[in-house]
Amino acid sequence: MVVLDPAHGGADQGARGLSGIAESEIVLSFARLLRISLEGQGLRVVLTRQSNDDPSFDDRSKTANAQRGAIFITLHVSSTGQPGTARVYSLPRDAGAPVSGGIGLPRAQLIRWDRAQQGYLELSRKLAELIQIQMAQRFRGSAETPTVAAVRQLRTVAAPAVAIEVSSVSLPDRTQLDKMAPALAEGVARAVAAFRLVYESGAK
Amino acid sequence: MSRGLRTTIAILAVLVVFGLITLPSLRQAIRRISAAQRTEEQARQDVMQVPVSTPSDVNVKAQMYWLSAASPVTLEASTIELPLSADPVERSKQLLVALITNVPSPSQRTLPADAILLAFYLQPDGTGVADFSDALSAETPSGIQSEQLAIDSIARTLGANVNTIRRLKILIHGQEVDTLAGHLDLSGLFPVSSPSAAAAPASVAPDAPATTDDLQSAATTARRPPLASIEQVPQ
Repeated sequence: MVVLDPAHGGADQGARGLSGIAESEIVLSFARLLRISLEGQGLRVVLTRQSNDDPSFDDRSKTANAQRGAIFITLHVSSTGQPGTARVYSLPRDAGAPVSGGIGLPRAQLIRWDRAQQGYLELSRKLAELIQIQMAQRFRGSAETPTVAAVRQLRTVAAPAVAIEVSSVSLPDRTQLDKMAPALAEGVARAVAAFRLVYESGAK
Repeated sequence: MSRGLRTTIAILAVLVVFGLITLPSLRQAIRRISAAQRTEEQARQDVMQVPVSTPSDVNVKAQMYWLSAASPVTLEASTIELPLSADPVERSKQLLVALITNVPSPSQRTLPADAILLAFYLQPDGTGVADFSDALSAETPSGIQSEQLAIDSIARTLGANVNTIRRLKILIHGQEVDTLAGHLDLSGLFPVSSPSAAAAPASVAPDAPATTDDLQSAATTARRPPLASIEQVPQ
């Protein structure tokens, strides 16, 4: 199963361009199209939001953490960066360790919610690589290798998880972003199909 | 040619001539407005951001990390002359204030012009805690990349000029917050590392006293290759 997370929503529009482009609207469109492409690969797809609402970071993570063998992809549009490019992020090692520490639960077999991603970093990096290669092929100027960043949404996901950020809301209108959507969906679907081979063979 | 058409052409011709005449003055007005905005920004900063100066201040070449003028998605090291304290806490404050106020050009800005450094603490284990005003969170452009560049610029500037800081914690108005502007996780610590000596030949070693050459030479800018992303580290 693939959990698609159109970031932001509701009162939180995310990045907003001078022309009125809102990140929350664009990513929902991306997610809907990506869903079709992934279902075309025979995958089951769940969206963390279907409309203009704003689940919390933890609620979005819960959608993935409740599934066995899920893949989590959070979708974003940046405020900055070279328009027409896409960048893929995974979490760095030991990211997001809280300063305040844990609550003293027995350690054996328990995964701390706030560090749920730590067990999946290598798989997430692999997924990010596969998607970034597809993005570089489709969107000129995109990096060829993924980036690590402490993306908050990824920290609490207990599954391979990446963020994709497309540039940018600074475009004069959303036409160029809409034009990117089919290629983005196709590229991600191909990468996820390739990743399934790695993921499922490792899970056996 | 009908009378109506002649009238329309005449009106259009008058409008074109009027446009050509007023174009230069329009350009000048736009320039004046841009300059006024910059002045207003500076004035606001002057009022709100208290300059940090200490008796041990010495002019040194500080290595600052702002957006590259050529590629605004990467950071670039710039060497500028700054009066910096020998005390690492005061020195860190001076550097962070300069990072906000001494930007070479608006397009190279990594931190919002309205952001104010409220406090800086240094723990014995080398953890620096920078407490900024709400503007850092409210006015940093929302996005993974832009937020990461903002934190990178702080961590790299401190790492290049203060050799006792190993990790960085960011607070907003004294509080720990979930994200900087909706994306980048601020709950953890960011590593702060000094650049290798080979990578920074033009800069003074962190916390080193200024030499005569340092005082006499003009500020220079050194181009560096794009920087890799920083990562958070466990506590």
